[in-house]
Amino acid sequence: MTLAKSGKAFSTERLKTTLTDAIIAAWIAFALFCLTLGVRTVDSVNGLTLLPRPVLLAIVVGIVFAGRFLLSLLWWNRDWGLPAIPWPKALKGDGGVAQHAGLILAIAAVLFPIVAYALDKSFHLGLPLRYLFDLSILVLTYVMLGWGLNIVVGLAGLLDLGYVAFYAVGAYTFALLGTTFGWSFWVCLPLAGLLAALWGVMLGFPVLRLRGDYLAIVTLAFGEIVRIVLINWTALTNGPNGISDIPKPTFFGLPFKAGPGSFNEFFGIRHDHLYAVIFLYYVILILALFTNFVTLRLRRLPIGRAWEAMREDEIACRSLGINTTITKLTAFATGAMFGGIAGAFFATRQGFISPESFTFIESAIILAIVVLGGMGSQLGVAIAAIVMVGGFEALRHTENLQSIFGEGFDPALYRMLLFGVAMVAIMIWRPRGIVGTRDPSITLGKASSIKGDLVKEGRG
Amino acid sequence: MAYFIQQLINGLALGSIYGLIAIGYTMVYGIIGMINFAHGDIFMVGSFIALIAFLAILSFGITFVPLALVLVLILAMLLTAVWGWTIERIAYRPLRESFRLAPLITAIGMSIILQNFIQVAQGARVKPLQPIVTGGYELFVQDGFEVTLSNIQILIMVTTVVLMGVFWLIITRTSLGRSQRACEQDRTMAALSGVDVDRTISLTFVMGAALAAVAGLLYLLYYGVIDFYIGFVAGIKAFTAAVLGGIGSLPGAMLGGIIIGLIETFWSAYFSIQYKDVAAFSMLALVLIFFPSGLLGRPEVEKV
Repeated sequence: MTLAKSGKAFSTERLKTTLTDAIIAAWIAFALFCLTLGVRTVDSVNGLTLLPRPVLLAIVVGIVFAGRFLLSLLWWNRDWGLPAIPWPKALKGDGGVAQHAGLILAIAAVLFPIVAYALDKSFHLGLPLRYLFDLSILVLTYVMLGWGLNIVVGLAGLLDLGYVAFYAVGAYTFALLGTTFGWSFWVCLPLAGLLAALWGVMLGFPVLRLRGDYLAIVTLAFGEIVRIVLINWTALTNGPNGISDIPKPTFFGLPFKAGPGSFNEFFGIRHDHLYAVIFLYYVILILALFTNFVTLRLRRLPIGRAWEAMREDEIACRSLGINTTITKLTAFATGAMFGGIAGAFFATRQGFISPESFTFIESAIILAIVVLGGMGSQLGVAIAAIVMVGGFEALRHTENLQSIFGEGFDPALYRMLLFGVAMVAIMIWRPRGIVGTRDPSITLGKASSIKGDLVKEGRG
Repeated sequence: MAYFIQQLINGLALGSIYGLIAIGYTMVYGIIGMINFAHGDIFMVGSFIALIAFLAILSFGITFVPLALVLVLILAMLLTAVWGWTIERIAYRPLRESFRLAPLITAIGMSIILQNFIQVAQGARVKPLQPIVTGGYELFVQDGFEVTLSNIQILIMVTTVVLMGVFWLIITRTSLGRSQRACEQDRTMAALSGVDVDRTISLTFVMGAALAAVAGLLYLLYYGVIDFYIGFVAGIKAFTAAVLGGIGSLPGAMLGGIIIGLIETFWSAYFSIQYKDVAAFSMLALVLIFFPSGLLGRPEVEKV
C-alpha cells in the first residue's frame, strides 16, 4: 500500500487537476485574507492608519496552497489504504476496558490530589500543585455543567443556549445570601439549586411550544436578558463591579485558615494553604459525581424514558399519552438545578463574581462539551470537558511557544480561536461526538451498545 | 412631536441596516432550515473589510467620496461574499444530511472563529473612521427642537430600498431565484428536476453575505466605530427581525428589521437605554412564542 504502487496517483492528468484545484484554493484564501489579515489597522495621531503585512499574507496563502495540494494529492483521493489501526481488543466492544473507562476515570479523579500531594511532599518534585488543582477544579466544574446540560440537551433533546443563566442565578444566590446574611455555603447550596430550578421552570414555561432552532435562540435571548439585568440592577447585584468577599466553604464548620478553631488545628496537622484547594476539589468532584448518579438513575425512571422518547419524536410521544409539558419542565428544572449548584460552587471558589463570567460564550462552551462528547453519553461529556477546557487552559500557560513565535505571541489570544476551530473540526469529523455509543437505558434480553446513527437525535 | 419624528427617522435608518442583515438569515433559513449563527459575524467581517478598504482607497489618493463609496461597496460585497461561500463550504455542507443540531454547533463554532480571528488579526480595540458622509437637511424646528435628516440616513435608506428591489427581482424573475424557491419547497424534488442544489445553496450564502457586507458598510458609516463584537448583538436582532417578518419571506425580513429598529430607538428614547437590548430580546421571545409564523410568513405545518 505504499505510494510507489499506486502509479495512477501521480499521472500528469491528476497532477494537473490537483494543481488547478490548489491554485483556486490559494486565490480564495487570498480573497479571504487580503484585507482582513494582510493589512492591519494601527492607531496613530491622525486616526487609523494601515500597516501592510505582505509576508504574513504570503505565508498563509502558501500554507493553504500547499495544504490543499498535498491533501488532495495524497489523502482525499488516495487509492491506497492506511493499515487498519490494530485497536487492542480490550479497548473495544463489550467487556473491554472501554466499559469500565468511567469507573477508572472516577477512581483516578478521586486519587489524583492525594497522590499528587503525597508525591510532591515526599520527593520534593516542585510540581505546580496549586495550578494543577485549580485547573482540575475548573475542568470538574465544566464536567458538572456539561452533565447538567446533558439532561436538557442530550436526554430531553431541548437545545438550550442560555444555560449560563442558571449558572448565574446559582452564583448570585450564594453570593448575595453569603455576603449579606452571612449564610454558610452548605445552607445556600441546595437553595441555589432550588432557585435555579425555579428559574428553569419560569423560563421553560413560555417556550414549551418551541422546538429546535427557535428554542435555541429564545433560550439564548433569555440568557442575555439575565446578564443585562445583572449588569444594570446595581442596587441588588452591584452591577458590573460584581460581588467580592464571598465566603469560603467550611469542613463541617471548620474553616481552612491558620489560627484557632481551624481545620488543621482540629486535626492537629500543620497549616498548608493547599488543603483548602484540595477540599474544594473534592467538593466539586462529589457534586459532579452526584449529578452523574442522579442522571443515570433518572434515565431508568419513567421520566427519564419520557425525556428520551420526547427527544426522538415529540408527536409520537404525545400520542402515547406522555404529558410533554411536565416532561419538558422537569428536564429544564433538573438541568437548571445542577447549573445553579455549580454556580454556587463557582461563586465560593472564585470569591468574586461579576456579570462578565456569565456571557453567551460560556453557554456555547458548555453546549460544545455536551455535543462534542456525544450527546447523552456521560463519559463522552467528561472526556470532552477535559479535552476542551483542560487542553485550552493549559495552552494559556505555554511560555515555550513564545520562544518559537517571538515575543509578541500571546497564546491566550489564540485560545478561543483554536476552540472554535476544534468545535467545527470535531463536529465535521465525528458529528455524533467523541463517544459514539452508549449502553441503552433499558433492554430486552441481552444488552448491546447502541451506535449513534441508529437513533435520530441522540443515542440510546 | 418633533422629538418623535426625529426618533422615527433614526429608527428607520437603524431598521434598514437590521433588515439587510435579516435577509441573509431569512434566505438561509428558508432554503436549508438552519439558523446561520455566524451571519452576524459575517456582517462584522464585512464592516471590517469596508473599513480597511476605505483606509486603503483614501491612502491611494481617491478623495472623491461617491467614487470611494462605490469602490468600497463593490470590494466589500465581493470579499465578504467569498467569506460566506467558504463558511458554507467548510462548515455547513458536510453536515447537511446530519442530525438537526450538528450545523447549529458548527455555526456557533464559526461565529467564535470569526470573532477571534478578527480580534487576533486586527486587535481588540474599537476602530474609528473619520466621518465620510457628512451634512444633512434640517426639516423643521418645533419648540426649539430641530428635526434633521442627515445625508448618511438618506444614503442608508436609499441603498436599502435599491438593494431590496434588486434582490426582489433576482428572487422572482431569474432562474437562480426559481431554483432557490424550488429548493426551499423540496430539495430532493428540485435536485430530481435538474436544479443544482449545492450551487443554489452556495449562491444563497453568497447573496446573504454580500447584503451583510452592505449592512456592515452602512453601519460603519453611520456609527463611525466598529469592533470585533458588533456582530453578535446585531445578528440576534436581525434574526428577531427575520422571524418577526416571517422567516423565508424577503419583504418580511425588511419589515421586521424596520419594526425592530423602531422599537429599539423608541425604547432608548423614551424608556431606558441600558435595557434596549432587553427590549429587543424580549420582543424575540414574545414573537416566537405567540406569533411563530411572523407577519408575512406561512405557518409551518408539520407532517407526520
